Amino acid sequence: MAFTLASHITLVPLGVALPLITLIMHRRGLRHNDPVALLLARRWSAVMAVQFAVGVVTGTVLSFEFGLLWPGLMGKWGAVFGLGFGVEAWAFFLEAVLIAVYLYGWRRLKPRTHFLLGLPLPAAALLGAFGILAANAWMNTPGGFTLDAQGKPVDVDVRKALFTPMLGPQYWHFIVAMLVTAGYVVAGVYAVGWLRGRRDRYHRLGFTVPFTLAAVLTPVQFLLGDSLARSVFHEQPVKFAATEIVWRTDTHVPEYIFGRLHPDGHVSGGIKIPQLDSMLAGFTPGTKVTGLTSVPADARPTATQATLAHWAFDLMVGIGSLLVLLALWFAWSRLRHRRLPASPWFFRGAACAGVASVVAVECGWITAEVGRQPWIVYGHMRIAEAVTPTRALTLWIMFGLVLLVYVFIFGSLLAVLLKMRTRWRVADEPTGAARDEEPERDTPYGPRSRVPAGPHRDGDG
Amino acid sequence: MIADLIAALLLLVIAAYACAGGTDYGAGFWDLTAGGAERGRRPRWLIDHAMAPVWEVNNVWLVFVLVIMWTGFPVLFQTVFSAMWVPLALAAVGMVLRGAGFALRKPVRRIAGRRLYGAVFALASLLTPFFLGAAVGGIASGRAAPGTAASAEAWSNPTSVLFGLLAVATTAFLGAVFLARDADRFDAPDLVGHFRRRALGSLVALAVLTAVMLTVTRTDAPHVWHGLTHGAGLALVILAGVCSLATGWLLVRRSGTWSRATAVGVVAAAVLAWGVAQRPYLVPTSLTVAEGAGAPSALRWLGLVILVAVVLIAPAVALLYRLDTQGELEPLSDADLRGTGPDHRGEV
Repeated sequence: MAFTLASHITLVPLGVALPLITLIMHRRGLRHNDPVALLLARRWSAVMAVQFAVGVVTGTVLSFEFGLLWPGLMGKWGAVFGLGFGVEAWAFFLEAVLIAVYLYGWRRLKPRTHFLLGLPLPAAALLGAFGILAANAWMNTPGGFTLDAQGKPVDVDVRKALFTPMLGPQYWHFIVAMLVTAGYVVAGVYAVGWLRGRRDRYHRLGFTVPFTLAAVLTPVQFLLGDSLARSVFHEQPVKFAATEIVWRTDTHVPEYIFGRLHPDGHVSGGIKIPQLDSMLAGFTPGTKVTGLTSVPADARPTATQATLAHWAFDLMVGIGSLLVLLALWFAWSRLRHRRLPASPWFFRGAACAGVASVVAVECGWITAEVGRQPWIVYGHMRIAEAVTPTRALTLWIMFGLVLLVYVFIFGSLLAVLLKMRTRWRVADEPTGAARDEEPERDTPYGPRSRVPAGPHRDGDG
Repeated sequence: MIADLIAALLLLVIAAYACAGGTDYGAGFWDLTAGGAERGRRPRWLIDHAMAPVWEVNNVWLVFVLVIMWTGFPVLFQTVFSAMWVPLALAAVGMVLRGAGFALRKPVRRIAGRRLYGAVFALASLLTPFFLGAAVGGIASGRAAPGTAASAEAWSNPTSVLFGLLAVATTAFLGAVFLARDADRFDAPDLVGHFRRRALGSLVALAVLTAVMLTVTRTDAPHVWHGLTHGAGLALVILAGVCSLATGWLLVRRSGTWSRATAVGVVAAAVLAWGVAQRPYLVPTSLTVAEGAGAPSALRWLGLVILVAVVLIAPAVALLYRLDTQGELEPLSDADLRGTGPDHRGEV
């Protein structure tokens, strides 16, 4: 489950944010009657199609896994927090419909109608994210129910279960993370092209539009992340202790950058900055930070889990800081000199920013999920109580199978996207058109011959 | 009361998935049986074109089924997934392979690659409905009582196997009926006959399987059998029968337009008949709707969410199917994605 979720989440940034980026480009194209912008928007929509298709698949598998792996969780709590998924499901449905209309409407629909039908897409994505985040925030700070004598949840108050204290900070942090990541990923592709000397308007536009979006939002994300960390400090002190590897409750707590927590509570390695952790949590060195030892050992993450969460957290913050620097560089050049930075190092940085921000998203997810151990529902249900009673061997076989299938799918997805990129690049070169006369020329959602193929052309199977 | 309403909604969504998803799986079935690369080229071309704009939407219905299940009937959800672990896990794997095979087959250009993805897509289209049907059969025959551990018996029994086969036959039938009409729409008259013959064939197979199913369930799943042969259940069974006769007649008469509606009628009526026959149980004779229902306030909110969903989504889905049937939806062609002409690539 962790693995499928972790794979699924790498698709999420593009799923949530690519429609918005594409629509911005589309609008630009319509407004200035700019064929380059329209071409970019069309190509991005082809990418959107392939990734959405894979997202549908991995998403369906996830909802199956809730039953296959967590029957205890869903059996007991489904009625309390399942509604978030309900919201997600219909937002997703709406998104599927709108994406279909948008993708297949390029040719026949009137340009304006087509654009307007695409407009609700980002809103549907936001709504879907809301549903999922509501469910996840509930697992962090469960609320909206009381337990009866047998420990069964009763008196469900759905409003309280949906809008838990963690929802706001988690949601905004997540949304901006998705926009920033998608922006950097898309811009990164064109940054690579730029570095290889393809400095035409196509690459310039393809880089600038998504990069500007991401750069503007990066500092915002920094503030949101900070506010989320402080919410964790207030609402889930033990999780906070794990991400900051704080062993004993104390004031004047030092901050460790990386470092490793041992089961006896001492920290080895890493950089120690005195007092900083208390400062960050409550703005004064006197702030009391709850330590891991404040709860019994079986109700807190182990030293290894805490170290993992801590590393993931530090890595995420580190990447975020670097991205802020990159964004400032970009802003300086744009505002001061009204052009893109000239240094190849900027573009090298931008090319890495996409991968780095995907890593950051993954790290954020690890921080959130590992930091909650051993609870699946914070303070109410341990992972062991929620997991399926199916024998471990069966589960491992299944896991192996899923792993195989996922490697296959993600490998294929990557291969397909790279193929599409190469094909477009060839098409863009003045002599490239000749290559398209190959026999096997029917292609994805994107390119495809119009008329039913006559005899003895391409085969498939 | 509210639990009954949600149960009815759940049944409706299952029926919708059976129709939409079933058509989709059916297309995969015919893809599998279309023959070699040369002989099967035209049918596969049609399948690709006809499915592409709507297949994601068809499959999201299943997510709905699962969400309504775990929010509305968490005990049922836990029960079914514990007892039917193996078939449901296999169905999930099938779904992944199928979706990936379909989505990735198109962008691949080499024949060997397309063969691989195509085979994956087609085989998964066969296995997934079978296992889903088998799981339903296990529920209908009361083998998934709460507390049942996962066992082969829960899904490899006569009722389950028959339900699985029925599911496959249903998808094949729906797929062929829809593709026959699509062939008309895409100006491929040779394929109209091709799929009409197959639609009739699978209709016959469906009828035979239904007859066998009714004799087997008499002893193997007595509660459902009783429900299917009395009262509202019987009325729906008769409706399904009438619809299939009408579909057969329309197919023989070569009138494509209405055969889709009657084919959907067959499947929807059959699914509803099964649901009605199970009343008042979610799992016959061990878990009633009232016992399996979640907290009442959660059910009310679920009802509200479904209502909002219907208000928002119905027009969108209607728009999609309308645009699709009017031929307004058309994939971008190579030329659209190619930035030719020097004016498109002015230097900075």
